[in-house]
Parts: sequence; structure tokens; C-alpha cells
Amino acid sequence: MSHSVELIDVEQAFGDVKAVHHFSAHIAGGEFFSILGPSGCGKTTLLRLIAGFTEPTAGRVLIGDKDMAGIPADRRPTAMIFQSLALFPLMPVWENIAFGLEARGVPKAQRRKRAEELLELIALPGYGTRMVHELSGGQRQRVAIARALAVEPQVLLLDEPLSALDLKLRQHMRAELRALQKRTGVTFIYITHDQSEALAMSDRVAVMNAGVLQQIATPQELYANPATPFTARFVGETNGIIGTVRGLEAGLATLTTAEGRFTGRAGAGLEDGERASIFIRPEAMALSRIALPNSLSARAVSLEYEGASAMLRAVSEHGQELLATVPNRQLGEAPQAGEQIWLSFQPEEALILSEKGAAA
Amino acid sequence: MTEMIKRFGPGLGGFFIALVALWIIGMVLAPNLMMLNFSLKPMLFPNDIGGPKDVYTVENYTALFGDRVHRAIFLKTVWGSGLVMLATLAITYPLAFWMAKVATIRGARAMLIALIIPFWINEVLRTLAWFIILSFNGPLNAFLLSIGLIDAPVRWQGDFGVLAGMVYAYILFMLFPIYNSISTLETAQLEAAKNLGASTWRIHRRIVIPHAKAGIATGCVFTFMLAAGSYVAPALLGSPGSRWFTEIIYNWFFEGGNWNRGAAYALVLLVLCMAVVMVTLKIFRVNLADVAK
Ligand SMILES: Nc1ncnc2c1ncn2[C@@H]1O[C@H](COP(=O)(O)OP(=O)(O)OP(=O)(O)O)[C@@H](O)[C@H]1O
Ligand SMILES: [Mg+2]
Repeated sequence: MSHSVELIDVEQAFGDVKAVHHFSAHIAGGEFFSILGPSGCGKTTLLRLIAGFTEPTAGRVLIGDKDMAGIPADRRPTAMIFQSLALFPLMPVWENIAFGLEARGVPKAQRRKRAEELLELIALPGYGTRMVHELSGGQRQRVAIARALAVEPQVLLLDEPLSALDLKLRQHMRAELRALQKRTGVTFIYITHDQSEALAMSDRVAVMNAGVLQQIATPQELYANPATPFTARFVGETNGIIGTVRGLEAGLATLTTAEGRFTGRAGAGLEDGERASIFIRPEAMALSRIALPNSLSARAVSLEYEGASAMLRAVSEHGQELLATVPNRQLGEAPQAGEQIWLSFQPEEALILSEKGAAA
Repeated sequence: MTEMIKRFGPGLGGFFIALVALWIIGMVLAPNLMMLNFSLKPMLFPNDIGGPKDVYTVENYTALFGDRVHRAIFLKTVWGSGLVMLATLAITYPLAFWMAKVATIRGARAMLIALIIPFWINEVLRTLAWFIILSFNGPLNAFLLSIGLIDAPVRWQGDFGVLAGMVYAYILFMLFPIYNSISTLETAQLEAAKNLGASTWRIHRRIVIPHAKAGIATGCVFTFMLAAGSYVAPALLGSPGSRWFTEIIYNWFFEGGNWNRGAAYALVLLVLCMAVVMVTLKIFRVNLADVAK
């Protein structure tokens, strides 16, 4: 089993800017763990702390239960794949892959052999003597992964490694990375700002915003039960309507909003009388031509066909934009643009989360 | 050339080409050919010129290698210039790396200004400053005596003075090309190498130096040529025992009055410099086009 990574109250400040605030997480050995957040939220900063390029201003980093304080990047059991890949352009592919072994004093013949094995693993046999600039983007990607794996790291740190690739290749590489992780059993810490990527690949996902950890959960949990309004909006599409809590009972809460009164599941720590938002996934919205309990009146704006279903965009009388998924079998009854409709939902499928302390 | 004509039209394009040709022929080729002609003739009294004694000969060249003192000075200039080049490289490379990859932008800029400002003063005055610093009763000796590092003043002028003066004079010619080439290296590559466990030495040997080799070669070539052709530093900071080949050439022209011999010596120096350029480029496996970048 490869090493676990433990972050205890880690904090990183650059001057008076705090890029990471009190971040704690336990990442199990052999886990595929993603860190998801918008650009500039401190993801790279966090990864560099784990790799040892910077020391945290506060808190501790433990890898394999060993405190990493004072241990520089070249002596940690981690390997990093950089956002820019950072392959060495003046060395042939095999020397790139074997560079970590060279640094460890492994004799040349052995290095060469190991490089060939790794080239097999990444499905690029016979590419050893090519130069980096003679490879395609996806091939470079795989070489970077092989170079990191060559040192047999306990923890592989990946900083948005797929962001430079086109959609098709990205989807292909996702599956490949996932398979590689399963095969090698190495702990992967994977950074991305693409929520579908995080949901598709990870065992667990940590969502970050502006340096603050929002939630750590499995992809299903994250989607079904976001802990904060930020997570609800960031992961997947959602309809969020802000209002005030008026009544809490048996796990359900009632929210009064400009659009009317709604009932939904109460999020953890929700208090009566506070500002909160109700979140309803588009697929939980049902379309009707008459008013039902828990429904919003709206005017259809457009219908975007997406293959398996269609996305209806509508706008309420108060200007709230709304999304609803229309399954294919109901496409026949779909409204025309401009038509007045009602969108309703079951209370169990809506979640009410406190807006306290969160920027709306 | 066809591009020039395409860009400026045959009239203007042709004019530029003619100017360049005039420059090369008039200012470079012709004087050197005259020197070559001089160097291959014996020194004659004016009334012998055109007479039976006015024949081509290589005796000016053989004289250089026949004369023990001149030969020694020539060889010393060659290896002395090499030493200046290596010393400058040894000082400059860490500095250039620090400026390009370690220092903050402000730190690097401050360092650059500190290095450039002295070059606003002309070379003779700058060298004179070294003359004062290194003189027998000068501040360097006084300082070393006061902290007890030496018991008696040291005669710095001579080989050491020449070396120090030249390193100082040519440091920017080495610094700029190396700094430029190191700053184009992606910092993530250094981090990647470190992350893979490479020592500082290996990072430099395998990543930084190969990346910066065109800059290093350029700096070395510049410094060697400037050192070999230097006159002020050896004249001011040297001693009789540390004479430089340029001083001999100067003497033939302006004191010995033997232009033919002087021309031969100067051409030998020129050939030497060209050879060093070629060999250096060969060693670093770069071509002239890379250097011009
Ligand atoms: N060396 C530094 N000095 C000062 N501020 C920094 C430094 N590095 C990062 N920051 C700041 O810290 C914050 C987080 O940066 P970081 O690179 O971790 O973002 P990120 O989440 O990786 O973003 P992206 O998805 O765009 O790569 C940013 O606001 C950035 O400006
Ligand atoms: Mg980043």
C-alpha cells in the first residue's frame, strides 16, 4: 500500500495574501483524490506544499505518517506532474523518463531497460530515442507520467495535466490515468478546475474556494449533498434561489423567497430565520402547465438539445434564470419559447443551505 | 539578399547591399589585405622599396617563433586569455543563474544596475581605479594588513593585476549572453529535476548548462578575444614580467618602427582568435547562427 498524505491545518501566506487557509485533509494510501476549485483558488499552492517546493506558513504535512517539515523536494516520496509538463527538451524521451533514476545513480544499462518498460506501460514502445518536440501533446503527457512513475513515488501529484489537451484526448487520458492509478496503486492527488473531470475519476474530491476548503466527499455525495452554496453551484448545474428560512421541521425547511415559499431538505447547521438558498438540480425539475405545490412560474426562453435529453432555459417573473432537464420522451410536450410554464420539484430533491459567511 | 530587394525594391535594396559591401571591402578586407602584404615583406629603407630586396618572405613570422622572449609572451597571452575567460566564466555563471532564476525581479535589476554603472566610466579610468586599489601602498594591502591576513604588503600588480583588471573589464560581455540564455529556461524544469531527486550539480550539468550553452560559448568567445586583444589592462596593471602580446605589437608599430614585423604579429593574433572561436564553437557544438541569436 502506498503512503497516505495528511494535511493538518495547513496555511500558506504570500506576504499578506493568504492563498490557503486552514486546510485539513486525510488522503488514504492508494486513493485517487482530486482537488477541485476555480482558477486562483490555491490548488497549485497546496500541491507545491505537499511536494516540498514551499514550506507551509502554518500547519503540518505528513506523508506516510512522517512529518515532512524541513525535508526538501528532492527527498520526499512524491513526484509531481507540472501544469506545463516541464519535460526536458534537450534529452531524448528515454533519458527524460530515466532522469530520476540517473539522479539516484542507477547504471545506464538498467536505466535504459527501465525506461523501455515504462514506455511499454504508457503504450509508446520504441519512442525512447525520439526528442520531446517530436511527440504529440498526448504522447508528451504520457511521457511526463512515465517520468514521474520511474522514481516509484508513493504519491503522485498531478497539476491539471490534461488542461492543454483537446476534449477527445482529455476524455481518453482520463480513463488511462484512472486505469494506471488502479494498476500501480500509487496515491494520486489530482488538481483540476474541471468538475466533470473530478467527478469522473476520483475516489474523493475536495472542493476549494478562495483558499478555503469547502467539502471533502465522494463524487456522488458531492453532487447529491453539497455542504456549501459554493459547492452546490460549482459542481454540476443547479438552480439556486436565495431567501430566508421560515420554519424547520423533521429535516425539512421552508424558505420564503421573492419567487414564493418552498420546502426542501435542510442542510447541516441551518437555523431558523437566517439567509439561505434553495438548490434544485435541473433534472429534479418537473415541467407542468398548472401550478403545483413547490412550483415556480416562469417563461420558457430556449431549449437546447443535448442528445440524451434537452436543457430548458426559462426565466421567472422576477428575473431568476432557471434550468430544467427535459427527458427525450417528453420532448413532444416541451414548451415553445415565450410560453408560460410551471417548474416544480419534490422537497426531498431540493437542498437548503445557509448563506452565512459565504459570498452569494 | 533577395528578401532585401523584395522588401525595399531594387533601388533602395541595392543601395543597402552596396553599403554593406563597401563597409566589408573598405573597412575590413582592404586593411587586412594590406597588413598581410606588409607582413610578408622585409622591412626596407624607402629607397629599397621596389628594388631587388623587395621580395615576399615569411621571415617576419619565423622571427616570432624564433625569438624566445616573443614566443613566450605569445604563449603566455594565449593561456592568460584562456585563464581570464575561465575566471570570468566561473564568476559570472553563478551570478547569471542567480539573477535569472533565484533573485526577485528587484534584486536582479539592482544587481544589473550596480554592474552597468561602472561601465559609464571609460576603460582607462576604470583600469586606473584598479591600479590604485592594487598598488603597493594601496587600500587593498592596507586592508589585508589591518585585518592581519598578510604580514607584509603584496605586490599585486603583475599577473594577478592583469587578470583581475581584465575579469572586471569583460564581465558584462560574459554576463549578458549567459543571463539571457538562462532566463529563457522554464523554471518548472528546474523544479521537475529537483522533484525527481537531482542534486544541484546534476541540475546544472544536465539542464541549465546544456540549455545555456550558446550563451556560454558566446560569452567565452567574446571574453577571450577581448582579453587577447587587450592593451590597457596589461599596460597599467602589469609588470615587466607580465607583458602582453599586444604590447609587443604596439612596440613594433610605434616604437620599433617595424610595421612589417608588427603586421605579422598582429595577424598571428588574429588567426589565433579565429581559431579559438572555431574551437570553442566546436566544443560547445553550436554554430555561428546560434551565437547571433
Ligand atoms: N509566489 C507567489 N507570490 C504571491 N502570490 C502567489 C504566489 N503564488 C501564487 N500566489 C497567489 O495565490 C493564489 C493561488 O494561486 P495558485 O497558483 O495556487 O492557484 P490555482 O488554484 O493553482 O489556479 P489555476 O487553476 O489558475 O492554476 C493566487 O491568488 C495567486 O495570485
Ligand atoms: Mg494552478
